[in-house]
Amino acid sequence: MKKDLVIIGGGPAGLAAAIAAKEAGVDDLLIVERDARLGGILNQCIHNGFGLHTFKEELTGPEYAGRYIDKMLSLDIPYKLNTMVVDLSEKRTEGENRKLVTVMNREEGLYTIEARAVILAMGCRERSRGALNIPGYRPAGIYSAGTAQRYVNMEGRMPGKEVVILGSGDIGLIMARRMTLEGAKVKLVAELMPYSGGLKRNIVQCLDDFGIPLKLSHTVVDIKGKERVEAVVIARVDEHLKPIPGTEEEIKCDTLLLSCGLIPENELSESLGVEMNPVTKGPRVNESLETDREGVFACGNVLHVHDLVDYVSEEAAQAGKRAAAYLHGALKKAEKEIPIKAVNGVRYTVPASVDAERMENVQVVRFRVGNVYRDAAIEVSVNGRVVSSRKKKVLAPGEMEQIVLKKTELEQVENLQEITVAIRQDV
Amino acid sequence: MVDVVVIGAGVTGCAIARELAKYEYKVTVLERASDVCEGTSKANSGIVHAGYDAHPGTLKAKLNVEGNRMMEALSEELDFPFKRNGSLVLCFDDEDRPKLQKLYEQGLENGVKELRIIEKDELKQLEPNISDNAVAALYAPAGGIVCPFGLTVALAENAAVNGVDFRLNTEVQNIEKTNGGYRVATNHGVLESRVVINAAGVYADRFHNMVSEEKIHIIPRKGEYCLMDKKVGGFVSRTVFQLPTIYGKGVLVTPTVHGNLLAGPTAVDVEDCEAVNTTREGLDDVLKRAALSVSHFPAGQVITSFAGLRAHEEKGDFIIGQPEDAPGFFDAAGIESPGLTCAPALGRYLAKQILEYLPAQAKKDFIGTRKGIPSMALAGPEERAKLIEENPLYANVVCRCELVTEGEIMDAIHRPLGATTLDGVKRRTRAGMGRCQAGFCSPKTVEILARELDRDMAEISKNDPGSEFLTGYDKDDIEE
Repeated sequence: MKKDLVIIGGGPAGLAAAIAAKEAGVDDLLIVERDARLGGILNQCIHNGFGLHTFKEELTGPEYAGRYIDKMLSLDIPYKLNTMVVDLSEKRTEGENRKLVTVMNREEGLYTIEARAVILAMGCRERSRGALNIPGYRPAGIYSAGTAQRYVNMEGRMPGKEVVILGSGDIGLIMARRMTLEGAKVKLVAELMPYSGGLKRNIVQCLDDFGIPLKLSHTVVDIKGKERVEAVVIARVDEHLKPIPGTEEEIKCDTLLLSCGLIPENELSESLGVEMNPVTKGPRVNESLETDREGVFACGNVLHVHDLVDYVSEEAAQAGKRAAAYLHGALKKAEKEIPIKAVNGVRYTVPASVDAERMENVQVVRFRVGNVYRDAAIEVSVNGRVVSSRKKKVLAPGEMEQIVLKKTELEQVENLQEITVAIRQDV
Repeated sequence: MVDVVVIGAGVTGCAIARELAKYEYKVTVLERASDVCEGTSKANSGIVHAGYDAHPGTLKAKLNVEGNRMMEALSEELDFPFKRNGSLVLCFDDEDRPKLQKLYEQGLENGVKELRIIEKDELKQLEPNISDNAVAALYAPAGGIVCPFGLTVALAENAAVNGVDFRLNTEVQNIEKTNGGYRVATNHGVLESRVVINAAGVYADRFHNMVSEEKIHIIPRKGEYCLMDKKVGGFVSRTVFQLPTIYGKGVLVTPTVHGNLLAGPTAVDVEDCEAVNTTREGLDDVLKRAALSVSHFPAGQVITSFAGLRAHEEKGDFIIGQPEDAPGFFDAAGIESPGLTCAPALGRYLAKQILEYLPAQAKKDFIGTRKGIPSMALAGPEERAKLIEENPLYANVVCRCELVTEGEIMDAIHRPLGATTLDGVKRRTRAGMGRCQAGFCSPKTVEILARELDRDMAEISKNDPGSEFLTGYDKDDIEE
């Protein structure tokens, strides 16, 4: 089978990318989705708050996904469900570069699609108890927050009655509220860092409104119970994040939920040999959201973990558009990629570089900061000269930030060498 | 009345049961847990030792070398993963060379083949990531790695196919001598048997001491491990041990037969036979000691950690055979390292003793081979296509990290002694053993188990009763 464009993943990123590509004139495309339905993890996010930026209204996760699915169906974009991409590789022949996407599903078996371009939109996974290396027993009752969310919201089943949550990522906060509403007792949320990893609005609406304590600078140091969780021991941590002896407190519970960070699922990207950004754990991309492999684009949480799905959709639409331009021969070869340096509290930027000639009129650059900053400014410099500075009351790792680069402005810079994004505190 | 009762369905009990299945015996295996391979056999290094560690003349030495030699053929007969990857014992200090030499000579005396001491240059050539502090090593090409679950399940399945009766969730409570043998009381009734085999791991002293005045004492010796992502599975290609130093016994760093990297174990005596919890100190110790063997040890790639208990008998060697005052009661006690390696040889060794005690004819229709669950992850493109053609469920991926399909999970559930728990599926198929640690696949696997076993999802457990995942329906506990 041959396709112009294969989009790996039918979650919010894949859907928006496919719609944009189709609208930009790519007709020979295919979405490959491993789950039984389109929409990805939005399907289990039954709380509201999605779409404020995109649709100016508050939708639930399935409603937000539904808008894109309807649009996709109305555009007759083909898709395959229950279909796993098991291998991704490149085939180079004279003047041609093809991506080989090997897929399998129950109906059609195992086969390879030859694609001219690929958009990576596989999303992310949750950090597990094992990766956190929490000591103790290994009983039932330890779930990542997303796994518990699936049981509660998709299966209508409760994974526990008395809950402790480790990590204040957004899914953990959302699940603190959901478990409470469904009749469980959420005893506390412990967070290793001295600040929350989630959105401020979620702390207010999911913890404060229900009287659930958030214990900052705390972690789980032991798990008790041989068959089922019986208790966890939490302790305060010092400035090096090490538990402080003597601060241990045993909390009786039958369930431990983990919401300790998300990891982009880049096994396929890595099998293709795509250059990765060690900070985001996603591919390193330029302004066209193109990886270092020609014709391979990335968007959504596989690229970097987002805070709001609205930004995923926006980013993915750009990837779809740029992939279309590539397929139509309208995307020039990148020749003058100018690196965007992330310094002084800015952990990374996506994109990581920009070509002033290739870029669209306005390029949004997104990033996260490494700490909580108050009354600071986001400063953009070009060739070492500050070109913009925007004051912010609070900058926090849980919220994504952005700057905007304008093509007209960059084109005016003589001998453009580097762009720097930094946090300035003495403002 | 049965001929033989085996207490314990770990690797030792299953190896003995499979050996006895070759004869016209009525054999019943009693296992306290909900599955085979639930104790010491499930949490160890998965190493097929070459045989230089044990003192010459001990049972450990004899059975180790024999077991090592048997493993390859057995892995083909019973279709479980085994690889002869070779092992190295690192020496970090020239002053310790005599210890390395002693190990070498001990190996020769035990009958280990191809053993030699190699110097730093060759060592670095073999294993580029070895620490620069290593000055020499004992190299044993005969060392290997095996899947401990694969081996145990294969032995058990093959025994079951040949008529051995496995009774799971069945705990032995008491053993009494009778005229013709023993009366074994369990939580599910009483069994009369001519012969009892005690392969009860850390509980073996309890059963031995019920029938014999020659008391034994098993000390559970905890070992903690860290398992690393397959990304770093090739960090070393051989099993790398350390010579004991003033800092302690040392830990090993090894690839697993499935391509992960494993580091451990610690060695701490505990009192509780159920204390399979990991500890902060233990895990930190594993990572610290592992970093002595290799440069830039990838500690950040840990995907899970676990602890197991070795059944250490205080006199040091395996206890195999009949106590003088309890004829017909056969111990396989104190089976700590290299017990996994020894299992096939131990089964044969003990079966010979039992045949002398209670002669029996060889079974004419014994089936000596067994086919494992085909693995999509390991299959090549053609084999994959063929598997899917035979059963389309082999194209439905359930565990994305380890590429385990619904077809494999169905096979694991429906084969003899099939999986009934999530851990049972995991150990037979590897579903949930990957980097997300069952985050995505556990709800699906629970659903498949419930469907195939015709149970409600709430009845599906991780392993033993009490480890069910679900506690009720949404809003059950909301007061009106």
